[in-house]
Amino acid sequence: MNRVADGGRIDRTKPISFSFDGKQYNGCHGDTIASALLANGVRLIGRSWKYHRPRGIVGDGAEEPNGLFQVEQGALTIPNVRGTQAQIYQGMVFNSTNAWPSVKFDMMSVFGAFSRFLPAGFYYKTFMWPKKFWMTYEHIIRQASGLGESPKKNDPDYYQKTNAHCDVLVVGSGPSGLMAALAAGRAGARVMIADEQEELGGRLLSSSASIDSTTAALWVAGAMAELGSMADVTIMPRSTVFGYHDANFLTIAERLTDHLALSDRVGARERVWRVRAKHVILATGAHERPIVFANNDRPGVMLASAASTYANRYGIKLADKAVVFTNNDSAYQTADDLRKSGVNDVTLVDSRAERVDLAEPLTAVGIKVINGYAVVNVIGKAKVIAAEIRNISADGKSISGKTQRLDCDLVVTAGGWNPAIHLFSQSGGKAAWNDDKSCFETGVVVQQQISVGSANASFALADCLAEGAAAGISAAKSVGFDAPEISVASTHVLEGIALEPLWRVPTDGLPSRGPKAFVDPQNDVGVADIYLAAREGFESIEHVKRYTALGFGTDQGKMGNISGMAILSEALGNKISDTGTTTFRPNYTPVTFGAIAGPEIGPTLSDPVRKTSIHTWHQENGALFEDVGQWKRPWYFPIGNETLDQAVDRECLAVRNSVGIIDASTLGKIEISGKDSGDFLNMMYTNAWKKLGIDCARYGFMLGEDGMVMDDGVTIRLAENRYFMHTTTGGAASVMGWMELWLQTEWPELEVYLTSVTDHWATSAVVGPNSRKVVSAVVEGIDFDKEAFPFMASRQGTIAGLPVRVNRISFSGELCYEVNVNANHGRFIWEQLMAAGKPYDITPYGTETMHVLRAEKGYVIVGQDTDGSVTPIDLGMGWAVSKAKDFLGKRSLNRVDTVRQDRKQLVGLLTEDPQEVLQEGAQIVNQASDQIPLPMHGHVTSSYHSACAGRSIALALVKNGFKRQGETVYVTTVDGRFVAAKICSTVFIDPQGEKQNV
Amino acid sequence: MLIIECPYCGQRDESEFSYGGEAHIARPLEPDTLSDQQWADYVFYRSNPKGQHREMWNHSAGCRRWFNAVRDTVTYKFKCVYKIGEPQPSLDQIEGSQ
Repeated sequence: MNRVADGGRIDRTKPISFSFDGKQYNGCHGDTIASALLANGVRLIGRSWKYHRPRGIVGDGAEEPNGLFQVEQGALTIPNVRGTQAQIYQGMVFNSTNAWPSVKFDMMSVFGAFSRFLPAGFYYKTFMWPKKFWMTYEHIIRQASGLGESPKKNDPDYYQKTNAHCDVLVVGSGPSGLMAALAAGRAGARVMIADEQEELGGRLLSSSASIDSTTAALWVAGAMAELGSMADVTIMPRSTVFGYHDANFLTIAERLTDHLALSDRVGARERVWRVRAKHVILATGAHERPIVFANNDRPGVMLASAASTYANRYGIKLADKAVVFTNNDSAYQTADDLRKSGVNDVTLVDSRAERVDLAEPLTAVGIKVINGYAVVNVIGKAKVIAAEIRNISADGKSISGKTQRLDCDLVVTAGGWNPAIHLFSQSGGKAAWNDDKSCFETGVVVQQQISVGSANASFALADCLAEGAAAGISAAKSVGFDAPEISVASTHVLEGIALEPLWRVPTDGLPSRGPKAFVDPQNDVGVADIYLAAREGFESIEHVKRYTALGFGTDQGKMGNISGMAILSEALGNKISDTGTTTFRPNYTPVTFGAIAGPEIGPTLSDPVRKTSIHTWHQENGALFEDVGQWKRPWYFPIGNETLDQAVDRECLAVRNSVGIIDASTLGKIEISGKDSGDFLNMMYTNAWKKLGIDCARYGFMLGEDGMVMDDGVTIRLAENRYFMHTTTGGAASVMGWMELWLQTEWPELEVYLTSVTDHWATSAVVGPNSRKVVSAVVEGIDFDKEAFPFMASRQGTIAGLPVRVNRISFSGELCYEVNVNANHGRFIWEQLMAAGKPYDITPYGTETMHVLRAEKGYVIVGQDTDGSVTPIDLGMGWAVSKAKDFLGKRSLNRVDTVRQDRKQLVGLLTEDPQEVLQEGAQIVNQASDQIPLPMHGHVTSSYHSACAGRSIALALVKNGFKRQGETVYVTTVDGRFVAAKICSTVFIDPQGEKQNV
Repeated sequence: MLIIECPYCGQRDESEFSYGGEAHIARPLEPDTLSDQQWADYVFYRSNPKGQHREMWNHSAGCRRWFNAVRDTVTYKFKCVYKIGEPQPSLDQIEGSQ
């Protein structure tokens, strides 16, 4: 074990056993996966995804690029858990990712040997051509790479969502966040403070600084105690603020049970908070950036801040001999932290030529400080053996002199700090380059927010505390509280803010010649890749990102992105401020799908299910169902072992030869009343309404102003100023919205009232030559005589004393009566009709038979035979379009484009082989040829086997189709054939319409 | 997620609303007298300003009333809302009151 005897925030009295890659280890309560492995001396934790190079822990938080683990197994497994942020628990099981068959012997590291053949853009360049090779490569590469495995089983956990409002939301709980929360809390504001770590305190938990003459840890404890005593302060550990949206709406993922042993987990696993904050204080800290040099990805190369964390917070002696490589002051404290943790031999290599004051106390305790040198290479493969250093020029542009070797087993690097401006940027703020501090910081702010401390590029501890206090006070005041001033603590820490920018250590030749130097280890993007992209003409950072994969992946480049942008600027000879940053998007760190979905999962919660009042009868009688919008509609009613085709043939023949019955309750129904409803309908529909008789029905088309068919249906005039509109099943809500739009915005003077009554009525359609006999037997008060109750008429009567409205309309070409009743009696009336139809073998049928019956008659279904580019004229239904009056879309029917002769027009298709049923959506061509390109002349919209026609039938939209009757066209199939078919009328059965005219 | 002020119901979350495009596009009274170009201007062409934009919103998951708003397309901020039929506030005034 590398654990020191005491110190840190781990509890040595609570050992925790866990399994990594099948081997048992022990850690302590308070350890993360990363700290527990380092305490056990495990350096090699995975392989990189492209070159399969050995990798180790680099960071201590969200910026960690390498330490990704597959935690637990089976249904509970979670891929890509960041080891620096996941607490270990008793019995935890996890494995490295990207290492087959094992991290120590990796078959795929062969890719590393061929790495010069895998440059940036390799996939674009090589794998896309020739196509046949790509298929082979892709198979191998996909197997070898990838980041973890998603679970194959349903997630057994459940997730919650909650909404919250607060005066001040503080994001992050380092020194500035805690001070801000204290200041706002003392003023009485409703404060929420959220932090992604197990406990609050941020980097103070890792710090050896002192505040007000006490340790940072004790200061945190005092602050937490005070916050805990405030009733209006909500403290949220393990809570990542992952999204910052408009109007100070922020989303927080709170992890409730992931830190507990599996057997101790009770309740929801995660909870997403949707927070509306009056004021937001971003105390999100900063991410340290490395200095890039050759072989900087070897296990044992680590960020200085992370080294301090593992030494101070987790009590780990990381190495025997360490080299600290820095271009700034902040690593001096790290060198001392390492020394205190028991690393006897610490060498600090500072790229700056001049010795800083901070060096004195270090040299006094035996730390060697070398100025004007840079680490140029790391020796060792699966672990660091030595660092090589050389002289670096004062401008950082060149190296010279003899290479010196420093034996060591740890190299820590400190390249400066990048403020974590991710949430700031998500909120709409613009990042700005600060040349003095050599970092991107917050620029223009657009929401009620303030960034403080390191997130505001104020890196000194005293500044963090002061800015936090000031922000807390001003936030509380801005929401109306009288906030007292706070005296700011004094601090003691080995720190300074001086820095000389050094993004990468220069090389003797081109970056591509030397060993790999990684900028983004998770995506295996090196300096050479960025230079290559620049050489190939990529200039925008957004393009370079996509070409090289810089900043992709689960870490989204938190460690390497800014360095990559700086190196691109160098390669292009630009200023960094001109190169800019890529866009920071939510989520800050990955959020599980479970947390995002919350409790709204499963078939009943994701989308409402609508059932008709007759639904139970359908279920009891063996119906299979089809989803139509949110509705469950009977699809067909198989008898015995009937297939779909057999059942539909039987149902179709029964309707055409005797009588069938279908549940038509799902059709949209809107009642339209008021003295101007006739005028209004005249505008909504293509046909005229004011002369329609009472109790009469008319079929209408509804068009958009572009003249294209939007919906259709039959509307009945119930009274002088009262109409009953049917819409398509799926179109009811949008038609309602469409009519409301026009009434409210264009014609508010019209007195028209719209009422959605879809669910109020149950509709049983009795269809077929015997339908009159069936309804006559059971309906009282209606004369069903052909003349007394003609086609397209509506009558009121009763069944068993219940009032019913019967409409004689038809969607099948057969004699048909649609019986409407109060939906509460839907099933009862259906059963009455079934009983009355028994002598005629009345056959219940579903949507599939309905579709075949209507296609046999050439009746269109809006949305199947139309697609938003089809006018009523294109459908051959100009008879439904009034020439006399205006209506929505009318003028568009005379546009140059809509009067074109070669528009796609609805025609029938009969295949040469009557048994061949065409595929809906299949393209239609004029010749069976493999010429490329082959002009496409249309597509099949509806296609069925028709038992009544004794063959297959189809409807299609074909260019200039009306004039091509009798011509032969060819229809493509998915298996590459051309099926010959003849263009014909859309009416396949009863062309004179005699069957419904009886 | 924006907070939108419905002139009838008050402040509500954006998720209760749906967008209706540019406001004050009057339907021509005599479409038949228009050229194809004029009609196309009405049906298809919309201004797409960077900045203040008058647009229609519907409180679709609330009172279902349509209303007009002036919104800044750069910042997404609603500058003001007004009922259908109410006079259009001048954009200069809105700018001045910010």
